[in-house]
Amino acid sequence: MSEKRQITVRQMNAGQSGAVIEILGGHGLVNRLSSLGIRPGKRITKVSSMFLRGPVTIQVDRTRVAIGFGMAGKIVVDVEEEKR
Amino acid sequence: MSSSCHGTGGEDARPTGLKKILLMGNPNVGKSVFFSRITGVRVIASNYPGTTVGFTRGSMKLGDDEVEVIDVPGAYSLEPTNKAEEVAATMVAEGDLVINVVDATNLERNLYLTLELLERQTPVIVALNFADDTEHRGIEIDVAKLESLLGVPVVPTVAVSGRGIKELVDRITEATSPEFHHRSRDERWVAIGNIIAEVQSLTHRHHTWLEKLEDASIKPLTGLPLAALVLAISFLAIRFIGEVLIGYVLNPIFENLWAPLMMRLSALLGSSGFLHDLLIGRLINGEIDFFQSFGVLTTGLYIPFGAVLPYVFSFYLVLGLIEDLGYLPRLAVLLDNIMHRIGLHGYAIIPTMLGLGCNVPAIMATRVLESRRERFIAATLISIGIPCAASQAMIFGLVGAHGAQYVAMVYGTLFAVWIVLGVILNRVVRGFSPELLIEIPPYRIPHLRALATKLWMRVYGFLRDALPIILAAIFVIGILYTLGVFDYIANLAAPVVSGLFGLPKDAVIAIVVGFLRKDVAIGMLAPLSLSAGQLVVGSVVLAMFFPCIAAFVVLARELGVRGMLGATGIMLVAAIIVGSLLNLVL
Repeated sequence: MSEKRQITVRQMNAGQSGAVIEILGGHGLVNRLSSLGIRPGKRITKVSSMFLRGPVTIQVDRTRVAIGFGMAGKIVVDVEEEKR
Repeated sequence: MSSSCHGTGGEDARPTGLKKILLMGNPNVGKSVFFSRITGVRVIASNYPGTTVGFTRGSMKLGDDEVEVIDVPGAYSLEPTNKAEEVAATMVAEGDLVINVVDATNLERNLYLTLELLERQTPVIVALNFADDTEHRGIEIDVAKLESLLGVPVVPTVAVSGRGIKELVDRITEATSPEFHHRSRDERWVAIGNIIAEVQSLTHRHHTWLEKLEDASIKPLTGLPLAALVLAISFLAIRFIGEVLIGYVLNPIFENLWAPLMMRLSALLGSSGFLHDLLIGRLINGEIDFFQSFGVLTTGLYIPFGAVLPYVFSFYLVLGLIEDLGYLPRLAVLLDNIMHRIGLHGYAIIPTMLGLGCNVPAIMATRVLESRRERFIAATLISIGIPCAASQAMIFGLVGAHGAQYVAMVYGTLFAVWIVLGVILNRVVRGFSPELLIEIPPYRIPHLRALATKLWMRVYGFLRDALPIILAAIFVIGILYTLGVFDYIANLAAPVVSGLFGLPKDAVIAIVVGFLRKDVAIGMLAPLSLSAGQLVVGSVVLAMFFPCIAAFVVLARELGVRGMLGATGIMLVAAIIVGSLLNLVL
């Protein structure tokens, strides 16, 4: 079984996947992210993050997108976690 | 005939018939390769979003008609988020027909722009590019169904190999405008979801080694050492190839073939006199010295062909490989942190790397940056702290003769200037710099023909643009020397140059000439018999001072006259301070 938990992309671990719930940002940010395929309902996987609040790389469909640390804190995802 | 034009020029819409075809699509879907295929016009294409920032015109035969084709910068949507996308949004109204190039491996995201285009009145035909990539990525697309859902022709293509191009051209006349009603963003995404569900099926497949390398080069623990390795290897390769070309090809040609010929001409001209000095220059110990003689036919030819060309060639060869592999956006991610300290985000590393070749395309490439502030900072830093390949070649040639440590001093100083100036500009320049948000392209094995074409265009471009100016500059220098004009200028500026920089007053001339061509300017330091320390000061000052005339023009165009004057002011102050400090230290 798995349980769902809402966190931001910033809090995700590398390799973890989840579905985008909402983007906490203005029209501009929502627009730019959605044109790269990041929008509510999409399933994304965190590939990696740089140290020192550096950019976060995520995979959405077959595209890799690098986003700033600030933006990563504005994308809320539902992650499925395996129960231990 | 066709011509290329960068910039934001507009043209009147023609009244009837198919006159103007636009190539549009998301960034990095292969539009430029496609453009070359159908028009025969060579354009620079690379594997990263934002290679094309201006637009290029070409033409193609369609039946009996000659139709204009325009390679429009990539855009994710018709609502622009940067200057390159603004160009696209403005241009869309001008076309009679749009060839919408779509990345078949990213169909869903690409269809957004397609739907926006279909909502307009202009007929559209879709090229499903990278069609060969879908198979090994486990993607299957039902082209016929996609065609019926969109209501416009859809043709699978592989632009690099030419597959499907002919069929697409044949079907251009079938392009239609289904005139979808205008929709909101959410409605478009819903529509796209429905289309995707019907036409695309995905199967799982294993990661290829290239994809594993993609992951490794973006994770910090493996990515940073890899980046250091890539940059070090690139630098060594550039030097090695450049040195080999100079040592084994160009120097032998100049020394063994050209020099004897010129010596004979020299004797013919009587070994002295006005014409002799203009063409051959001064003889050093009775011999021609290609660095020091400064005649149009000696130094004038040696600088572009003997000293600079080998490095322009090797730099662009290596840059082309890195570009086409798709490495640069990864470097942008890895360096994002550092770039934020100087008021930029990681993607500014791409214009900066281009600047190591030539500042002109580099300053144009700052259009990929979102804010005015970033563009100002990036362009200013490039024009001050990034020496172009021509300058670097001359620095290698002149300063390198005294030892590698002096070359390292020049580079170290320029790098420090770039960082310190960036930190200062970041504090002083108003406005904000947005965060990084970029698509990272997959690694692709560089296509040899495309690579060779790009290299040829850049090398030829250098010769075409630089050769006349170099020859003219050396010609004018020869005349002005004879007329004694330089003595007048030199005496006027002597306090700064001698007092602050510790250079002989003749070095002023080099600074003046630097406005025309920096390679010639640095070359002018050669006959001054400077010490190694003085050469370092001179090279740094020349590299930082006024950009060459071509870069100056682009700076004014991209930043506006006020921005350009601001950048120039910063440049003057920075060059004087750094030159004086170096003089004190060395």
